[in-house]
Amino acid sequence: MHAINYESPKSVDDAVKLLAAHGEQARPLCGGTDLIIQLRAGVRRPEYVVDVKNIREMRRIEFSMQHGLRLGAAVPCIEVYENGDMHKYYPGLTEAAHLIGSLQIQSRASVGGNLCNGSPAADTTPALIALGAKCRVVGPGGERLVPVEDFCIAPGRTVLQPAELLVEFQIPSPARNSSDAYLRFIPRNEMDIAVVGVGASVTLDLNDDRISEARVALAAVGPTPIFAREASQALAGKRINDEAIERAAQLAIAATSPIDDMRGTAEFRRHVTGVLTRRTLAKAIERARSAQTSR
Amino acid sequence: MAASSNAQGYRVIGTRPVRHDGVDKVTGRAKYGADYSFPGMLFGKVLRSPYAHANIKSIKVDKAAALPGVKAVITASDLPALPDKMEQAGEMAINMNQLSANILARGKVLYDGHAVAAVAATSPHIAEEALRLIEVAYEVLPPVMSVEEAMKPGAPILLPGLRNKDEGPDKQTNVATHLQFKRGDLNEGFKGADYVVEREFKTAMVHQGYIEPHNAVGIYNPDGHATIYCSTQGSFVVRSLSAAVLGMPEGNIKVVPAEIGGGFGGKTTIYLEPLSVMLSKKTGHPVKLTMTRAEVLRATGPTSGSTVRCKMGCAKDGKLVAAQIWMAYEAGGFPGSPVGAGAMTIVAPYNIPHLLVDAYDVVVNRPKTAAYRAPGASNAAMASETVIDELADKCGIDPCDFRIMNGAKEGTPQTAGPPYRRIGFIETVEAIKSSPHYKSKLEGRNRGRGVASGFWFNVGLQSSAIVNIHTDGTASLVIGSVDIGGTRAAQAMIAAEVLGLDVNDVRPLVTDTDSIGHTDVTGGSRTAFATGWAVYEAAQDAVLQLKERAARLWEKKPEEIGFDNGQFTAQGDGVKPMTVKELAGRLARTGGPISGRATVNARGVGPAFATTLVDVEVDPDTGKVEILRATVAQDVGKAIHPSYVEGQMQGGTAQGIGWALNEEYFYDDKGILRNSALLDYRMPTCLDLPLIETCIVEVPTPGHPIGIRGVGEVSIVPPPAAVANAIAHAVGVRMTELPMSPPRLLKALLGKRGSTETQAAAAGR
Amino acid sequence: MAKKVVVEATINGEQTEFLCEPRQSLLEALRDILELTGSKEGCLTGDCGACTVIVDGRPLCSCLMLGVEAQGKTIETVEGLAQPDSLHVLQQKFLEHASLQCGICTPGFLMSAKALLDHNLKPTEGEIRYALAGNLCRCTGYDKIVRAVADAAQTLASGKGRGGRLGSGPSASEQTERFLQGQEVK
Repeated sequence: MHAINYESPKSVDDAVKLLAAHGEQARPLCGGTDLIIQLRAGVRRPEYVVDVKNIREMRRIEFSMQHGLRLGAAVPCIEVYENGDMHKYYPGLTEAAHLIGSLQIQSRASVGGNLCNGSPAADTTPALIALGAKCRVVGPGGERLVPVEDFCIAPGRTVLQPAELLVEFQIPSPARNSSDAYLRFIPRNEMDIAVVGVGASVTLDLNDDRISEARVALAAVGPTPIFAREASQALAGKRINDEAIERAAQLAIAATSPIDDMRGTAEFRRHVTGVLTRRTLAKAIERARSAQTSR
Repeated sequence: MAASSNAQGYRVIGTRPVRHDGVDKVTGRAKYGADYSFPGMLFGKVLRSPYAHANIKSIKVDKAAALPGVKAVITASDLPALPDKMEQAGEMAINMNQLSANILARGKVLYDGHAVAAVAATSPHIAEEALRLIEVAYEVLPPVMSVEEAMKPGAPILLPGLRNKDEGPDKQTNVATHLQFKRGDLNEGFKGADYVVEREFKTAMVHQGYIEPHNAVGIYNPDGHATIYCSTQGSFVVRSLSAAVLGMPEGNIKVVPAEIGGGFGGKTTIYLEPLSVMLSKKTGHPVKLTMTRAEVLRATGPTSGSTVRCKMGCAKDGKLVAAQIWMAYEAGGFPGSPVGAGAMTIVAPYNIPHLLVDAYDVVVNRPKTAAYRAPGASNAAMASETVIDELADKCGIDPCDFRIMNGAKEGTPQTAGPPYRRIGFIETVEAIKSSPHYKSKLEGRNRGRGVASGFWFNVGLQSSAIVNIHTDGTASLVIGSVDIGGTRAAQAMIAAEVLGLDVNDVRPLVTDTDSIGHTDVTGGSRTAFATGWAVYEAAQDAVLQLKERAARLWEKKPEEIGFDNGQFTAQGDGVKPMTVKELAGRLARTGGPISGRATVNARGVGPAFATTLVDVEVDPDTGKVEILRATVAQDVGKAIHPSYVEGQMQGGTAQGIGWALNEEYFYDDKGILRNSALLDYRMPTCLDLPLIETCIVEVPTPGHPIGIRGVGEVSIVPPPAAVANAIAHAVGVRMTELPMSPPRLLKALLGKRGSTETQAAAAGR
Repeated sequence: MAKKVVVEATINGEQTEFLCEPRQSLLEALRDILELTGSKEGCLTGDCGACTVIVDGRPLCSCLMLGVEAQGKTIETVEGLAQPDSLHVLQQKFLEHASLQCGICTPGFLMSAKALLDHNLKPTEGEIRYALAGNLCRCTGYDKIVRAVADAAQTLASGKGRGGRLGSGPSASEQTERFLQGQEVK
């Protein structure tokens, strides 16, 4: 590895100042499960590594029914999984966090880092999109909120400008009779990057057995994570039945632009997108149906 | 799990003591090659080609050499040019000129990752940074990545000097060897066939996947002697090959084998060892080199991808009549694939009167292949064992019964070599038939059961052993066989058995090339067989000498002394039986210390057979395969330490399953390896496998004092075919490509569904 | 070139101080600086688990953590499992069940297994396999490893055998809680 300097700011302001001072020569370090590999490979050669794990604001998980969830960008996946509110109110995002890598990886990898790495295959990203999560980004010029589905713009690239830092996710409070789910396909049973990932959240109108609202998002089937807008809209107001689910699955497939690579062929990815969309929606619907009794 | 039978009344052999090196290994104290450190030690790193096929026009090292902290830079010009010379290393034959060129490229690079230069510096990070400053000018050539491409007329030529007998002395070629094996008359044979199945198979290049990357610490002394500490399967191989590559007398190199973190055949050759010595010579310091995982995958010795065409015929009653095989294996950048072994193992478990095998060793722009656990056999068995499954299906005969009916036994001819002596193939199939797994019902949709068998020759070769009797009546056992999987304990058990001692009173030591006589590699399933034989004889030698001492004490002739149950006895009054412990305290007075010794060039090696049963469940919507249950039966002759024998069987089965389902090398169209990390070179994790049931079969090897049959390799041979057969029974598709990864299986499933629908539609008209 | 940094951490119950470059990983710090070579390098990408250590109660790959990040942390490595005169029950069971062949993956497995048993003394086979999925073994096929961990869990659950957490100190979640409340953690 080339020689680096290590900084450990204690506040978002200090972190932003460091990033602004060094520009391209600085990179935030969170779990290190992507960055350290990239540093070793020489893919990135910043002079400064800015550890954001000691910034309290970025390590919080705060939930309330009024304000919803504020999930610090530096919270490691294992802490998401260990948090009772996360399980109860955002089970899809929680299961996505628990699927990443191994337990060793989850002890370090963060949801924020996963997104900032800009991989279209990141597991937590579709779950965040399905929940309508927004990114609170802080820079020298101030703050902005970016919907997660707009955050990644190309493989490995995000909307973050020089010196900007992703500080936390803001996720709406779950509506009544709603829930979420995340499923992915990998060739083994653990350790693999998603070949296809589908996150879905649904809100049900239980009186009428309808889906009032749905959001479906996809991983690893395009140059960025995908918010399957048409598939999501096609579910709104529909009776819960095979036809509606199938229609959504077909529209999800239509939203993909997958490639052939060593993890799967485009043909495979398209087919499995359909399969997982059906399965993920079924899971989210089942959870939403039982949500009213469990909360 | 069958415990080994102790009908022979063994006291120690067949038990399961804690291994002698166990505490060191569970506390982190055991020293593997990368754990060694010496005062003033420098760190080396290797620069590797970014191209699959290129001529080297020039290498400029001055900038790298000038980087603060860098102490030496070497290229192939620092190593002597070697004449063409064949050398045996483990189970593979090696051309010395080519081996040297593989260690540091001479004029040409032949695969992505081919070593081009090496650096020694005061820290590994500085050494890495120095690599960036070495300037190599390449003339890039078109890469040749498959046997088909390499064998096409007009294909780019990798080695301008390569010739084969078929094409003659004037034809440049990528085919290094064509071997042919014949028996009977093929046409006659197929005439007698009621059913014939013919298929073409492709298997991908796979890696042994040992968790420990290669390493070496070289210490060169001004007197021209060098010591190498390294993790290797064969310290004597490291010595002889390194000496040749370096142009040093063999006796000037001492190799100290560290503990080894897996090898499976991949560590029976050399990569870093000569570099560590050369860098030490240039710097005057010890130099440590370790490979990263990316280097291991790119630039060590995976095993061949292959194309195998297999045609087999049988009569209605299930008797196999003929087999015709065409097989081409990837050798990598230099000749030497295990296609010969593939040819000799492919239908080895069966008695087939008419046979023709054509086998081709083909160079391609991939790393030079090295041995991988029964090298060449798993590729071949994927073809033959699935074709046999289809034939059994057609005949309506249970696949186990089909194998028993056609099974090789004593006297059955081998493809090459004399007829089989006493072997245990049919016993392994019968063991599977009696297993709880076989007897259980497999229920549920998309679930299937498959069986397959495999063969491996095993080897004998040379081993040495010394047994020192200590004055307290304990013994130390000195051997040269590196302990990869518990063999140290097995050797101590053999010595303890012969000496009548408690197994913990025998201390096994694995030692360096000066401290023990020549010992061939820990590989080829030979350690228990051959080193065990040497240990047995060495212990017997010690007993003989002890008998002479007892004779002296009792004023008898040595022939009159008996030794049984750990006691020396003699006829006569006043002669009280003595244990080894009691006698050992009196050695000084009776002539001095006692060391028993023996060397063997072990003959009469007994081949190994395994039969594996697998249950799978296929997700028909994604092509993902779950292994529900696996049982392996293997003939091991005599299990010295049954736990470690079971371990070999389970480990080979797990590797075979990985080979079957997800492991493969991905190269892009420029010949660059895309998956040089364990993220995408997908080996089975703990969550991907069930418990693996084992049936130890013991049909002793005739002529061996304990009847041992090598156990380390054959279990990897059946699983790919067993899984393929299980998939066929689960979802009705016959897979002919390895690995049977989800995209491939799903494609086959959808294709089948599509054609079924088309057929149904056509039928409906 | 960046200057070396002084790092203070508690390693296997002992207050330890070492000097390292920021670019050196925790694995390098343990092996090359502190001479604790029990943790092994297998892949440097977090895919094999041979370098697994426990930091503040959580298992992680020390190859993917910088040495300088160890500041103020509590670290357990394989070298800290045994007492001078007795093995940890996991070590004992690995030996009894012959759960190691070449042994290179064993330290990593022991640490992952310890992290599991520190929180769950009644794991199912599936839970054991999940907890160990980040540790690759190429020799054993995992069978005897899973059996050893299950046996160790039973032994610990029944009160026999020595297991338990090294040294004293707050658990991982307690540490995080304190950190978030603005308390100094060590």
